[in-house]
Amino acid sequence: MPEQLIYAMEVFLNGLMAGVLYALVALGFVLIFKASGIFNYAQGVMALFSALTLVGIMDGQVPFSHIINAVFGTEIHHFGWHVPALLAILLTMAVMVLFAWLVQRYIFKHLVGQEPIILFMATIGLAYFLEGVGDLMWGSEIKKLDVGLPQGINLPIETFTDGIFGYGFFIGNLDLVATAIAILLVAALVIFSQYSKEGRAMRAVADDHQAALSVGVSLNFIWIMVWSVAGFVALVAGIMWGTNSGVQFSLSLIALKALPVLMLGGFTSIPGAIVGGLIIGVGEKLFEFAIGPMVGGATENWFAYVLALIFLVFRPQGLFGEKIIERV
Amino acid sequence: MKMKLPAMALSALMIASPVMADLVFPSLSYRTGPYAAGGIPFADGYADYFTLLNERDGGIGGVMTSVPECETAYNTEKGVECYESTKDSGALVYQPLSTGITYQLIPKTTADGIPMHTMGYGRTSAANGKVFSHTFNYPANYWNGASGAINYLLSQGDLSGKKVALVYHNSAYGKEPIRTLEELSKKHGYDLTLIPVDHPGQEQKSQWLQIRREKPDFVIMYGWGVMNQVAVQEAANVRFNMENFIGIWWSGSENDVLPAGDAANGYKAVTFHGVGDDFPVFDDIRKYVVDAGKAAGNGDQVGTVLYNRGLYAAMLAAEAAKTAQEIHGTADITAAMMRDGMEALEITEEKMAALGLPGFGPAFKVSCENHGGPGLVGMTQWDASAKKWTMISEFGPSDMDVIQPLIDEDSMAYAAENKIEAGCN
Repeated sequence: MPEQLIYAMEVFLNGLMAGVLYALVALGFVLIFKASGIFNYAQGVMALFSALTLVGIMDGQVPFSHIINAVFGTEIHHFGWHVPALLAILLTMAVMVLFAWLVQRYIFKHLVGQEPIILFMATIGLAYFLEGVGDLMWGSEIKKLDVGLPQGINLPIETFTDGIFGYGFFIGNLDLVATAIAILLVAALVIFSQYSKEGRAMRAVADDHQAALSVGVSLNFIWIMVWSVAGFVALVAGIMWGTNSGVQFSLSLIALKALPVLMLGGFTSIPGAIVGGLIIGVGEKLFEFAIGPMVGGATENWFAYVLALIFLVFRPQGLFGEKIIERV
Repeated sequence: MKMKLPAMALSALMIASPVMADLVFPSLSYRTGPYAAGGIPFADGYADYFTLLNERDGGIGGVMTSVPECETAYNTEKGVECYESTKDSGALVYQPLSTGITYQLIPKTTADGIPMHTMGYGRTSAANGKVFSHTFNYPANYWNGASGAINYLLSQGDLSGKKVALVYHNSAYGKEPIRTLEELSKKHGYDLTLIPVDHPGQEQKSQWLQIRREKPDFVIMYGWGVMNQVAVQEAANVRFNMENFIGIWWSGSENDVLPAGDAANGYKAVTFHGVGDDFPVFDDIRKYVVDAGKAAGNGDQVGTVLYNRGLYAAMLAAEAAKTAQEIHGTADITAAMMRDGMEALEITEEKMAALGLPGFGPAFKVSCENHGGPGLVGMTQWDASAKKWTMISEFGPSDMDVIQPLIDEDSMAYAAENKIEAGCN
């Protein structure tokens, strides 16, 4: 087999893995948009905030310690304990549920019925607010995140492919775990939305707020639930990305990776986010591999958007988005 | 009411104006945003050194210093706004702390007659003082850094036929060393591969798969922010030998290696100043600044690479101010006098020792022709178990035979473009 083809296969597989990570970020956007029509600009910052909270809880960091020390002249920074990863994840999830309640109670409850652009602007404000609160609570330094996920190359795959192709493929252990978690997450979300009472209510709200209200579905509860689930998805994305780069404020920029995925997959489809993520991941990696060297490299950022735009020409609603038909 | 307005305006002006006797060193810092982790320690080091001078020595030449901070968030537009809003405060010198802001401020500071110090960043050809009258980039610039990395590799063995890859931030900053490395490749016979990484650099799988396939002998990195941490982690993932991985000084702080844990052990970085806190000045910093509750931050950054860089920048500014005071015979110097002091600055080993920083940086002398200093750089290496950087070489010369023609070419092109008559008065 030609050497370049073997390399392309490795790039293809890594593109799939990268696509899963993009899809994880896009999922959060889809969930909220589907249930409430809000394009949540703060989704990337939610991933950052949840990861910061997770590390802070694990390390026993005192929240707002800088302010406390400045006001009271104390020197407290840590509680002196270390919380196991699983418990810390559960506690972080509780924080994200509280966050969802606060967002619903103090922002979106007052904006029901407003134009989508107003809701979007509110999420921009929320993003900046949350970033600032995260900074005040946990500090700006880069934090190492270790919840026990494996890193490095997967040796069995390397050995296996080396035996077949004479070249061992690089597949990261973290990417494999991320893929497995994403599959579980999507399966859980599908089961939840299809078979649980709350999930069906969520779909009802997504289809028609007024009709759902008329049959007794609590809009308030559903929105808190959706923001909580989006918070959980953000936490998973934050863990995956933060494990690789450390938890730092640039983590909020991962939202940029989700935009072409949403354009391609549609804003209202969970399978769309997954398939869109995979197409973007594979597309940008293969383009970088094949064409990148001819044009000076660093093609991935812009190519993802070009790819999404090409799809939009043929399917403006995205691959899996709902076709909007407006009758006059 | 007519009588009150002028009085109110005068009061407002008095409130807004600084104490005239203060020597003002504005700090265009970034304590927020994606790059805050790098901006905070530098800003702390810069401010703490001036606080030390105030608390221990009563300022510089008997005049107290002040360091008004303006938050840029590492954003060029905000940086320019910060400059415009602080330049009339009696500002003596600016440290823009961003190559993008530097490019915007070069014509502005020149027109306003305020010197600018871009230590280890900014426009490299600003080293030519005959063209860039108000911009200084001593003691080293990006091209010195690239040459320093190659010189270090040469000290380890012949580079002829070897493969060197440059992983760089795909921006004006990241592209700076390309020309130098290309020229050096012709001279030393190595093959250079260019591997750009788009901002912010959170995803680098393609780049490191390419490195894994092409197996370069050495990788040099010009990164910043999250790009650094991801690159070190990805290098570890593809099992690239960290001993052969060298970052520029903006890729060589604790921030860049700690997230990767033990996997980052052996990673190297070029530097133009000392590392660690084993210098007498840090005892004074703790005594007069941190323990006295006057630290700019919470005092936990003392001795880190970027804190030291901020402290070093402040020390060089303070020494230039002293030189200006000596030249002009007055303690109350202006920006124009400060520029003269910077151009006449001489840092000797004796002076460094007297300041509590023996061997912390190279000895050098600035002149009208040379605003960049001698370009002496050293090498540091990360010890993951001890969690500290260690100097593994002396400050050595970079290849000015290659760099100087590049500086001359670029600066003269700038002079022609901007109709600047090059020369020294």
